[in-house]
Amino acid sequence: METFAHLSLGFGVALTMKNIALCFVGCLVGTLIGVLPGVGPIATISILLPITFGLDPTGALIMLAGIYYGAQYGGSTTAILVNIPGEATSVVTTLDGHQMAKQGRAGVALGTAAIGSFFAGCVATVIIAALGAPLTKLALLFGPAEYFSLMVMGLCFAVVLARGSILKAFCMIMLGLLFSTVGTDLETGQERLTFGVASLSDGIDFSVLAMGVFGFAEVLRNLEAPEARDVVKGKIGRLLPGWDDIKQSIAPVLRGTAIGGILGILPGNGAVLGPFASYTMEKKLAKDPSRFGKGAIEGVAGPESANNAGAQTAFIPLLTLGIPPNAVMALMVGAMTIHGIIPGPQVMTRNPELFWGMIASMWVGNLMLLVINLPLVGMWVKLLQVPYRLMFPAILIFCCIGIYSVNNQPLDVAFTALFGLFGYLLIKLGFEPAPMLLGFVLGKLMEEKLRQALIISRGSFFTFIERPISAGLLVVAVLVLAIALLPSISKKRDEVFTE
Amino acid sequence: MKKLILGFATAAALAVAGGAQAQGYPTKPITMIVPFAAGGPTDIIARIVADNMSKTLGQQIVIENVAGAGGTTGIGRAVSATPDGYTIAMGHLGTFSAAPATYPGLKYDPFNGMQTIGLAGGTPILIVARKNFEPKDLKDFVTYVKANADKVNEAHAGLGSVSWTTCTLLKGVLGTPKINSVAYRGTGPALNDLVSGQVDFMCDQIVSVAEQVRANTIKAYAIASAERSPALPDVPTTKEAGLPDYQIEAWNGIAGPKGMPKEAVDKLVDALNKALNDEGTKKRLLDLGTVLPTAEERTPAGFAALIKRDADKLTPALSAAPKQ
Repeated sequence: METFAHLSLGFGVALTMKNIALCFVGCLVGTLIGVLPGVGPIATISILLPITFGLDPTGALIMLAGIYYGAQYGGSTTAILVNIPGEATSVVTTLDGHQMAKQGRAGVALGTAAIGSFFAGCVATVIIAALGAPLTKLALLFGPAEYFSLMVMGLCFAVVLARGSILKAFCMIMLGLLFSTVGTDLETGQERLTFGVASLSDGIDFSVLAMGVFGFAEVLRNLEAPEARDVVKGKIGRLLPGWDDIKQSIAPVLRGTAIGGILGILPGNGAVLGPFASYTMEKKLAKDPSRFGKGAIEGVAGPESANNAGAQTAFIPLLTLGIPPNAVMALMVGAMTIHGIIPGPQVMTRNPELFWGMIASMWVGNLMLLVINLPLVGMWVKLLQVPYRLMFPAILIFCCIGIYSVNNQPLDVAFTALFGLFGYLLIKLGFEPAPMLLGFVLGKLMEEKLRQALIISRGSFFTFIERPISAGLLVVAVLVLAIALLPSISKKRDEVFTE
Repeated sequence: MKKLILGFATAAALAVAGGAQAQGYPTKPITMIVPFAAGGPTDIIARIVADNMSKTLGQQIVIENVAGAGGTTGIGRAVSATPDGYTIAMGHLGTFSAAPATYPGLKYDPFNGMQTIGLAGGTPILIVARKNFEPKDLKDFVTYVKANADKVNEAHAGLGSVSWTTCTLLKGVLGTPKINSVAYRGTGPALNDLVSGQVDFMCDQIVSVAEQVRANTIKAYAIASAERSPALPDVPTTKEAGLPDYQIEAWNGIAGPKGMPKEAVDKLVDALNKALNDEGTKKRLLDLGTVLPTAEERTPAGFAALIKRDADKLTPALSAAPKQ
């Protein structure tokens, strides 16, 4: 009953004319920057921060939060239409989403993503409202050792998830891990693998690598095959998923929401794992896993729901603990402090109208995103009819602007071009870039957590086995690998995966 | 003919106006480099102060986040920019006082190679520990840490960060450099592990830890300032609690490249001073737990003296700390 009272307080705040308008502006801006490759929520929120000085804190945060989850919606649009993941969380959407677009089902893919996200967003809002406080305690059980084991498990799943040969996938993950070690050593300040290049001293930026191996490489690949463009251009398909599509999507959406929601709560950017985990699960559960990677609707519905659920439950550690789980949330901490609200465990009791108002606004925002996005799906799909000779330069320019805006380093743009060539080479040699990106995203955290766990345990590797949660996660990882590598299964797998 | 004369007159008038404008700094937006990611304490202070300074100067101050290498990338870029007054930077204790001893290959000289403008604000440093850490107060803490140096874990936000710098100084004061030091990427993750009890203690800015202390999810031993903070009036100063040698404050201040025109320096100093006297700006800063700078510290010379004083204080401990 208390939850109900809280939510009604929240809706009272969120449904004022002014806050609805702010929420709308936030969602619209968020969708737009999500669609533009490279221009991410971090840059946008920091640019808009001073504009919110004049607003009351609740209104300001409602708008900024709208930008954040709006960008998650928009990001999948780019992933599906032009095969560029704008955010780490939309990497898997490129796998099947873009294939669907190529088959003339771009509209259905976008519609499914929007509806799945809406559902996930609604559920996540309820989770935050009802379980936010108790769930925080769960997150606190995770120390460095548990995180490390969780990520080992994630990478094992990634090997199994990959298309093509296990060996190639394994190599790509290792390469990703290697890329993640470039930069200044966290403990000693020693520069590693930088070859004296100053801009490498902080490592390779995610967007530089992702835009390169996905964006630039994709453009290169498309340029060489002129006939491929007509496939996408010719058929747009209807915009709303049909009854069959919906039936196929219901279960993946439910599962994706659950997985994404749980992983999103974990501090340390667990939300990144959500879409990957969901994709793997759908592939494992599918009657015919060979459809994955060739335009399976479950491969869009599940990860997209997971992505949105995770994006929202990521607010739980911020709102209940005051601890930001990722870079965007760190920026929200900044936004809150600028408005005189220091995030912490007491925000809920000291600023109830802010806390509950923001949560209620998330539901309002999700509804708005659906209303904004479903009609826009038609418009986004029309983008595909833009001739590629116009679209490619535009994609490249937006990528370059986006990359430059991350750190204001011209060399970053040059590195992206380099990774573009590298990505093209990978495609030619039949390597999947997605596992590499996952290895890269998790590598930084993995190294950090491994070293933290070992420093705390004074160098004893037993710490990973002695702690029950960590041990459990490792057991799952070993099982997954064992199953994938068992001769009988791996043979079947090869038949299924090799084209 | 008449038209021609009129044309000349207009051109001349324009030329005069143009000339006058070129003298009246600033004639175009000013870039303020923040050498950290958006949303951190330095970024917040920079945005609050720059917002008001823009009004005084009549030109927008644009914040550019150039993160990297503990903030030295951004400061390096700012102080090597053309000294025309249109590129300045908001640095902090780490980038100005600690960097020379932290980064042996530092590309700039904070003592002689830049033009200081003034201090924007100081932030007190707290010694905090996990809730159930054995020592009851600071005296206990000192004894315990000295006796169990090989068992205690200290968390910090990475080499060169404020928490690393101030905690290294603490270890220097205590004479216990052997304490296990666990590095995190940023204060957030470090604080998370302190709340959940994975690590034992850390030193950090009041703005980052105050809410956790108030909520009793972590405990504070002392504040390393001369006076108690109104944000946490119950926390004693290090002087009161028996460790008077540990006095350090994290601060943020503005500097630019050496050789800036005097007019630009004067106008920036004036704009900073006006911002710090503005009621709205002042309130925002005080809400963050910031200590407003003294009149002396708001001047280029006063700020330069502060940079030097803290560098002298930090250098012995930082040079002894393990790094590259």
